[in-house]
Amino acid sequence: MSEENPSRRFSDAALPHLDAAFNLARWISRNDHDAQDIVQDAFLRAFRAFGTFRGGNAKPWLLAIVRNTSYTWLSRHRRAELEVAYDDDIHGGEDSASGNGDVGNPEALLARAEDARIVNEVLAEMPVGYREVIVLRDLEELSYKEIAQVAGLPIGTVMSRLARGRKLFATRFTTRRDGGHDGLR
Amino acid sequence: MDCGKARTMLSARIDGELGPPDDEVLDRHLAECAGCSARLAPLQAASTIVAAHATRHRAPVDLAGRIEDALEEAEAPRPVGTSRFWHGIGIGAGSATLAAVAVAVALQLAQPSHDDRIADEVVAGHVRSLLAGHPVDVVSSDQHTVKPWFNGKIDYAVPVSDFAAEGFPLAGGRLDYLDHRPVAALVYRHRLHTINVFVLPAGTAARDPAVLARQGYTVERWTQGGMDFWAVSDVDAPVLGEFVALFRAQAGRR
Repeated sequence: MSEENPSRRFSDAALPHLDAAFNLARWISRNDHDAQDIVQDAFLRAFRAFGTFRGGNAKPWLLAIVRNTSYTWLSRHRRAELEVAYDDDIHGGEDSASGNGDVGNPEALLARAEDARIVNEVLAEMPVGYREVIVLRDLEELSYKEIAQVAGLPIGTVMSRLARGRKLFATRFTTRRDGGHDGLR
Repeated sequence: MDCGKARTMLSARIDGELGPPDDEVLDRHLAECAGCSARLAPLQAASTIVAAHATRHRAPVDLAGRIEDALEEAEAPRPVGTSRFWHGIGIGAGSATLAAVAVAVALQLAQPSHDDRIADEVVAGHVRSLLAGHPVDVVSSDQHTVKPWFNGKIDYAVPVSDFAAEGFPLAGGRLDYLDHRPVAALVYRHRLHTINVFVLPAGTAARDPAVLARQGYTVERWTQGGMDFWAVSDVDAPVLGEFVALFRAQAGRR
């Protein structure tokens, strides 16, 4: 029976991406318990929608559902986090996410990066629109096209969000690591 | 390249997402412009630091089990009309619905794994042929040259027609590899676009015609005269549909 079981077929396609699903939900919700609820809900939704899955790599397809479920959860429980304006204009204003210019010596930045706690805190405090693209790219290693599919954004917006998000991260990380004074200048 | 444009591309450069010629143009600009190259470093550092040190949260060990339990109990999509039919002839509604759902979902799921793999191979073959720069082994717009070229290379006859008059000139043919066997690939042009049509003997299971989207490419498959056909291109789906209609009509006349 289990060979023919539709939920088994779905599980075979989706469960290999459970860690990725949890990681995304966890980074968006920033809470272990809520992330579990979100992922469970997302997997049920994905199961019901499995007939629309066109094959290929199930990871971006599944993560798109996890992301939507996470956002639905955010809109119910932490609506304010979604009310952030993003400057997604790819041309011009590339400095808008942070201050100007040099954000410090990257070698020095890396040398002390073993402090994972600061990395996690800075990333967790980023606006969710930046946080999610950074997680999808640097932790889940998705391509821009896949990130666009997951986040429902044009590729140009993925590109500008990553650029601004990384710049913001570098600035905040430097500031935090240097003990509160602005490490930019 | 001006600095404003260069700076929008820095993150994509780090991620290896800039294709030619942008990557070379940007690299040349970075070599000359200290301001822009200085901005690359913190972005690179941010990416490296996050990848190396941010927590990749792992699902709790019992979450998979809980999800599987929930799936077992989940109410799967209900096929319209089917359950009423079973109900009408007196089979218990609960089990009939379950059975109908199982059959419907199994039917939906039975094909994707194999066909989706082939669709991925079709796109890969298409892209490979374009990257290689010589998508055709036999260059000819003459169907009477292309068709016999396949003789001795594959063990089935390939229907070849030219549709130059309709805007899809035949460019030639190529031997490719699909579903663990050598297959015929016919190459057509449409304006600046290339259309590959892979032709191979049909399997035992009948395939429904389908249009699939894959990585920005459109794939259309159908079965006709004992052969499976897979057309792939970056043209818009309606244009590929127009081509496939021509192809099918011509093949149907044989």
